[in-house]
Amino acid sequence: MNRSESSSNHKTTNGNTSGSSSFLKLLSALIQNKWALISVVWLFFIIIVAIFASELSPLDPNKNHIMERVSPPLTLDKKGDMKYLIGSDALGRDGLSRLIYGAQVSLLVGFTAVFIGGILGTLLGILAGYYGRLIDDIIMRLADIQLAFPFILLAILFLVVLGEGLINLILVLGVGQWVTYARIARAQTISQKEKEYVEAAKALGVSNFNIMFGSILPNIFAPLIVIASFNVASVILAEAALSFLGLGVPPQIPTWGAMLAESRDHIFAKRWWLPFFPGMAILITVLAFNIVGDWLRDYLDPRLKEIE
Amino acid sequence: MFLYILRRLPQTILVIFGVTLVTFIALQIGGDPTYLFISDRASPEEIEATRIKLGFDKPLYIQYFNYVIKLLQLDFGNSLYFGQSAMTIILETLPATIELTIFSMLIAIFGSIPFGIFAAIYRGTWIDGTLMAIAMLGQSIPSFWLGIMCILYISLNVGWLPISGHVPFLMPLFQGNFIEAFKNLPTTLTYLILPGFAVAFYSVARNARLIRSSMLEVLSQDYVRTAKSKGLTNYVVIMRHAMRNAWLPVVTIIGLEFGFMISGVVVVEVIFAWPGLGRTIFDAIANRDIPLVQAAVVVISVFVIIINLITDLVYAKLDPRIKL
Repeated sequence: MNRSESSSNHKTTNGNTSGSSSFLKLLSALIQNKWALISVVWLFFIIIVAIFASELSPLDPNKNHIMERVSPPLTLDKKGDMKYLIGSDALGRDGLSRLIYGAQVSLLVGFTAVFIGGILGTLLGILAGYYGRLIDDIIMRLADIQLAFPFILLAILFLVVLGEGLINLILVLGVGQWVTYARIARAQTISQKEKEYVEAAKALGVSNFNIMFGSILPNIFAPLIVIASFNVASVILAEAALSFLGLGVPPQIPTWGAMLAESRDHIFAKRWWLPFFPGMAILITVLAFNIVGDWLRDYLDPRLKEIE
Repeated sequence: MFLYILRRLPQTILVIFGVTLVTFIALQIGGDPTYLFISDRASPEEIEATRIKLGFDKPLYIQYFNYVIKLLQLDFGNSLYFGQSAMTIILETLPATIELTIFSMLIAIFGSIPFGIFAAIYRGTWIDGTLMAIAMLGQSIPSFWLGIMCILYISLNVGWLPISGHVPFLMPLFQGNFIEAFKNLPTTLTYLILPGFAVAFYSVARNARLIRSSMLEVLSQDYVRTAKSKGLTNYVVIMRHAMRNAWLPVVTIIGLEFGFMISGVVVVEVIFAWPGLGRTIFDAIANRDIPLVQAAVVVISVFVIIINLITDLVYAKLDPRIKL
């Protein structure tokens, strides 16, 4: 137990001093894990697709082709070239182009919401763990209250009131994530607080702020990163669910969840491509984040299995 | 037991208080809530009249106080779209949601236990690998997409199960019509299978992983080794000795999972045209029917809190280490 603790501490200090060598170590560990490697490659691919969506998408995602509504996949144009690789929707909009643009919203919401929630939660968790007593009580009771709500319902209520829009969606999803980070940051801070380096810093007269964010934070970073990876996955799922319910971004912006919502009217006509491709896009991306999270956890510290 | 409930109760009350506060704040966060309750074309006089009628002209603490008093009377105001009491609409649709939730819960529990145990017993083999890969997949599938795929490939193509719809069981039961309820039961179940599976798959996957690690922990304990060295068969060791302790984490999971499951139910109901709360919320969102959304959120949240309280109590009863 003791040895693994000191080795994990060693790893963090190592990461601080020689960043490039620990990055190489990470890379070599990644290459050894087939599934994690595939997942990371997929995530890079989807990020690039999202960034260069306007260059990569074959057609305008919002342009209607009324004469070519609900074309099945592999539909050719008059000259015999591929026009709708994965079909077109009820307004004749190109499925592939919408799928490509949809990656933008999913990833943007996923990353920014996790960033907001991660910072807010970590901050509150460290405060709660470091000061204890009343501050701890207040923050943790707030966490209890938030956990009592099924999160989607809370998001629905706030979004119905605030109205649709990307910023609102990100804020609601982001603020909703703080509890996870707060609980882990708190637990980790409590255990770090007793360590000698904190006592030494206190004896040297280092300010509380610097102890919390200069000394403790770097040492509790690993579990937070692991949680963030899983969290991006669940935020993307939540975003898809909210878009599906009609609470996401305005309808002219294509999203995977909204594409699934639109496909609902075509199930009975067995237009399978309408729900199939956006669903697969969500599934594969979420799966990739989960696999990377799993792998990161095992790599950074196998003991973190408990935090699942 | 009584003392334990007494100690646990203030916490529950505090959380319910928090729920009322958060749902109250939600309405205020976008500015004057009056505009949420009227149409865009209302005249300034109408706006003013509505504001006074709904009490939004009063100071916030009085508004909150009135809100809580109304909640205590189970009065959520009238649905903007239907014009009738939001509580009545919720009570009408709640039984269908409870049916789906309980059924999904059963699938989640009885699906994940053998799943997790098998994976633990065959740890490191291809069986474990396959099962855990399925679990990983299950945690990544959007439940509503799974529902759509089930309708497409199981109902429409193979035709084994009904596509969508609902045959009530709990509703006639609550009304005291037992004969009708039990006559409906077989059909109710066939309609429940697909949506139940779509909701539960995520939980089955998640729980299977937790049960596997809980089981692995129990299997490495001394008393299990003793039981094995006594010459008991694997089956007896696992069912009689290991299961008894592996059960405990499962009970906690069930409590936590409940809130999670409700979220899945809300979305899956929309796909299967299930006449429950989820569908009500979906329609209320489309109609911007704020009182109905608010009422549904409060009712479901309080429901989840009570379920959590019950699971805590069951846990305390099961685990003799917790002093009652």
